[in-house]
Amino acid sequence: MISIKDLSKVFQTKDQEVRAVDDLSLTIDKGEIFGVIGYSGAGKSTFIRLLNRLEDPTGGNISVDDQDLTAMNKNQLRIARQEIGMIFQHFNLLWSRTVFDNIAFPLEIAGVSKQERKNRVNELIDLVGLSGRGNSYPSQLSGGQKQRVGIARALANNPKVLLCDEATSALDPETTDSILDLLVDINEKLGLTIVLITHEMHVIRKICHQVAVMEDGRIVEQGDVLDVFLHPKQKVTKRFVDQVMGDPEKEHSLQLINDKYQTGEILRLHFVGERTNQALISDVSRKFEVDVNILHGKITQTQKGAYGTMFVQFVGEKNEIDRAVQYIESTSVEVEVSPSV
Amino acid sequence: MFEQLFPNVSVEDIITATNETMFMTLISVAGTFVLGLALGLLLYLSGPGGLWQNKGLNWVTASLVNVFRAIPFIILILLLFPFTDFLMGTIRGPKAALPALIIGGAPFYARLVEIALKEVDKGVIEAAKSMGSKYTTIIFRVLLPESMPALISGITVTAIALIGYTAVAGVIGAGGLGDFAYFYGFQRSDFDVVLICTILIVLIVFIFQFIGDFASRKLDKR
Repeated sequence: MISIKDLSKVFQTKDQEVRAVDDLSLTIDKGEIFGVIGYSGAGKSTFIRLLNRLEDPTGGNISVDDQDLTAMNKNQLRIARQEIGMIFQHFNLLWSRTVFDNIAFPLEIAGVSKQERKNRVNELIDLVGLSGRGNSYPSQLSGGQKQRVGIARALANNPKVLLCDEATSALDPETTDSILDLLVDINEKLGLTIVLITHEMHVIRKICHQVAVMEDGRIVEQGDVLDVFLHPKQKVTKRFVDQVMGDPEKEHSLQLINDKYQTGEILRLHFVGERTNQALISDVSRKFEVDVNILHGKITQTQKGAYGTMFVQFVGEKNEIDRAVQYIESTSVEVEVSPSV
Repeated sequence: MFEQLFPNVSVEDIITATNETMFMTLISVAGTFVLGLALGLLLYLSGPGGLWQNKGLNWVTASLVNVFRAIPFIILILLLFPFTDFLMGTIRGPKAALPALIIGGAPFYARLVEIALKEVDKGVIEAAKSMGSKYTTIIFRVLLPESMPALISGITVTAIALIGYTAVAGVIGAGGLGDFAYFYGFQRSDFDVVLICTILIVLIVFIFQFIGDFASRKLDKR
């Protein structure tokens, strides 16, 4: 859907050149929610602006739906942009227009007739859950509602791609989740490809299928969200994973567990994209004569199922514990007995 | 009562003078609005980071605006006599004051327009670009509507300055309340005439201010 080759953007300042995006290549498939995560200054903001040429690249190619964006002249680019929606951190609505007229704006640009505009806008208002607010001005809306208007506006011309520039960074956690749910909903309903940039791992975890980690203008790690969560290779990726997972394997907490719980068996359970075995603990305690004591852990939900690590203590007869462990081994949950650091 | 307080005032003449002042003000405000808007847009669009960023054009426009803003109005009228004569066929009366009023007012308003446009959120312009807007669409559907309250309060300030200018123009024969106060009041030492002209001008200023404030507030949906 989107293929990016050797893309780079160099900003020339007075005394140095800044390589905001450095020789970046990437392929994004149709219907995918693709997240790019990085700290500020990593170049992700420049990256997403290059995708609809709000910034002109210094070098490289971008093609969206087999159209080479980088080769287009101004007029062709204008038409192409109508098929690439974009939403922003600060919403960027026109305060002088009502919700209705804000959403109608891209349709005006595309030359859609008044009657069609009206139908389409009303449809979109319903889609993003703002029914009845059409005549409000942006200043009368909350942050989440403003972003809903932004999303409706971005979808007006039935784009193939939606670019999200830190779309939830100005919102509180609860509103963030409702906006993310809306994006997933749209992705599933319309089969829309979504590219988003963020500095919050929570956003990646919650809605993305694929993730790329960006640092110093380059993508240092990329893959399935679950894989990246499970086997973060780069230091920066680990830091992002810790953002949502905490760091359960920190030496001191495991030490503490070993010191405190001397009886029975300490196990580490690793849930990797679980959908079926989420009731494992109650399963085990029902089937075997063991007491299960939960010591430490964190399980989180991703688009591909539950993911996380849990430390538990099994107390009971030795062979009953062994049977329980064997049972867990037969499931897709990974287990490690007496884990050491 | 009126005749006792203002024994030398002819109501008929004062109405004519008021009409002349209103004529000069309204036409020159309209002219200043159009010319100032054009100049202000040019300043903004050719400026750094503008849609038509162009150093040369920006320098020429800025110089023009600065030069005309620097010339004192009374001198500007004298300077423009040949131009006025060519354009209007006369250098006397309210009509003859219009070129000087507009050329004096527009550069002032242009700077206010530039300031108003600079206040428009860059993000909104970026959003419009991302939707595939033409530059004309950005100008007429984004920049101008989004800065409208500031453009209106700017033209209100300018209109009040222009009312002052019409009185100055009156002294060299443009007609209106300034002319009337000077020739019929001051020169003849009939100070009641000066007083009534003052009251009327202040009243006109108040009316303009009131309308401007009201319109600006009404349009501001922030």
